[in-house]
Amino acid sequence: FFILLNHIVHNGGLYKRPFNEAFEETPMLVAVLTYVGYGVLTLFGYLRDFMRQWKIEKCQNATEREEQKDFVPLYQDFENFYNRNLYMRIRDSWNRPICSVPGAKVDMMERVSHDYNWTFTYTGRVIKDIINMGSYNYLGFAQKAGTCQEAAAKVLSQYGAGVCSTRQEMGNLDKHEELEKLVARFLGVESAMAYGMGFATNSMNIPALVGKGCLILSDELNHASLVLGARLSGATIRIFKHNNMQSLEKLLKDAIVHGQPRTRRPWKKILILVEGIYSMEGSIVRLPEVIALKKKYKSYLYLDEAHSIGALGPTGRGVVEYFGLSPEDVDVMMGTFTKSFGAAGGYIGGKKELIDYLRTYSHSAVYATSLSPPVVEQIITSMKCIMGEDGTNVGKARVQQLAENTRYFRRRLKEMGFIIYGNEDSPVVPLMLYMPAKIGAFGREMLKRNIGVVVVGFPATPIIESRARFCLSAAHTKEMLDTVSVSSCVPSSCAFYKQIQQLSVFCGLVQCLVYKLLNLMFKALCSRAGDDTISFLASTMQNGCLQ
Amino acid sequence: MDIKSMKYYLYWLYCQFELITCSYLMEPWEKLLFYSFNITMLVMVLYIAYIFVPVHITMAFQFFLHLFGNQHENTVSIVK
Repeated sequence: FFILLNHIVHNGGLYKRPFNEAFEETPMLVAVLTYVGYGVLTLFGYLRDFMRQWKIEKCQNATEREEQKDFVPLYQDFENFYNRNLYMRIRDSWNRPICSVPGAKVDMMERVSHDYNWTFTYTGRVIKDIINMGSYNYLGFAQKAGTCQEAAAKVLSQYGAGVCSTRQEMGNLDKHEELEKLVARFLGVESAMAYGMGFATNSMNIPALVGKGCLILSDELNHASLVLGARLSGATIRIFKHNNMQSLEKLLKDAIVHGQPRTRRPWKKILILVEGIYSMEGSIVRLPEVIALKKKYKSYLYLDEAHSIGALGPTGRGVVEYFGLSPEDVDVMMGTFTKSFGAAGGYIGGKKELIDYLRTYSHSAVYATSLSPPVVEQIITSMKCIMGEDGTNVGKARVQQLAENTRYFRRRLKEMGFIIYGNEDSPVVPLMLYMPAKIGAFGREMLKRNIGVVVVGFPATPIIESRARFCLSAAHTKEMLDTVSVSSCVPSSCAFYKQIQQLSVFCGLVQCLVYKLLNLMFKALCSRAGDDTISFLASTMQNGCLQ
Repeated sequence: MDIKSMKYYLYWLYCQFELITCSYLMEPWEKLLFYSFNITMLVMVLYIAYIFVPVHITMAFQFFLHLFGNQHENTVSIVK
């Protein structure tokens, strides 16, 4: 309690509620064993590459043609080595084809591989009712029956499916205008604009907002769309440590004091890029501190609420409402409709001048096809449901159910002894696996128990920190969550981590005992032989044992 | 019942070994190669321990006896 109190008061009273975020450090033994595992796989990878080169084994991956063997080698870097030898072994946990709506339960096509994941064949059987812990279905709007689906079907019969134009030419439907007014009202901003694809919203609009001579301060773990947009813009990019406000403040200070690199001119604009919920870590941005810093150093804030819109806050308005702040403090509020609204696309909200500028100058508005009408209707209906404007309590109940599920699931997994990253309130739950064999084992064993999870390994996460990522939904019931938490104990061996903790305590005791024993022996030697160096050794041993 | 839980525990330990050393992911011939290498190494280490450890322990024991208990030679003096 005192730590929490300290945290709330320490930041000048910025936080109205406790901020519980934890990234437990990798246990030393687990890290060593993970490296051992990777070492063994690397050795076998070299063996297999050798066999493939000397034609002992058939080469099934991409290689250069015979005529190109003297050119610069294309497939010799680490990424391709990893792909051939490690990724191929566990490839059956990804790209699984589903054949129903990805709600709380999903159907999947069964596939087998007879040559160790190089090729797959479908058996023809459909695995039914797999508990879906991988879809970003936070509020459970991915349904094939209900008010959203009926409204979308009606609009489909009115407008058809295709728009056949970009937004600026002939693709501006009255549905889009209605959607944008609704989004602006939902977020509490002056105006908003909607785009066809969430990734394209980031990558096409950041270049319209900043250019050369501007500075972008981007979080270490930002999404690929933000990174791509920042690089395309041509601005200078500086990276601050993940969710670390001291690092951000230092960068801001340096930027204001020193200006641009050679000319020392002041930066035209400083834009801070953060996300609401980081989907690989499950952490929530420290928004009150970011806004305080932004105001102090007069920079702009771009908040990407892809995962947090609809999932956080008492009425689902996102991370701004979660912290009790005003939406006017955030200059550019970006989000996607893919996650909580069960549709596709992205939006940007902000002041009217900003959005009018983006309507003219955004690449996405000029060249990308606008949203499809049934999708727009799905967003409108689900958003009205969340706001409560359709006259029922369904939206509010879903938001509360998601918060309950989050708290319950995280508590269950922590009690079982797993290492869980991230904030207590985020519906994204990364469960640490660390070892490469466990990635494949976890995915396969969970599928055997009819649970579908997403496991993440090397290029998306640091090499030893591989994880299984659960995405909770308001559509999950308590029984489903119980099943999942009990089933995940077996493949990833939560008892293993408990035993490791006991083992490390035991090892510490043994170490201390050994030091004491050696100390006694050296003291005896010292009293017999009278050597100064030995007594020095004895005293250092004693110090080591005390530590 | 105890035998059953013991057998289950041993199977669980074997699964842990497979997961940690990534032999879970290997094809059968790779597993054969890996296990035979490991078992050969282990047998060699145990054999060497069996041959050399008793000799070294007796030597060390004699050394300490010489230091602490042997009253015949007074070459060791106490310096305080």
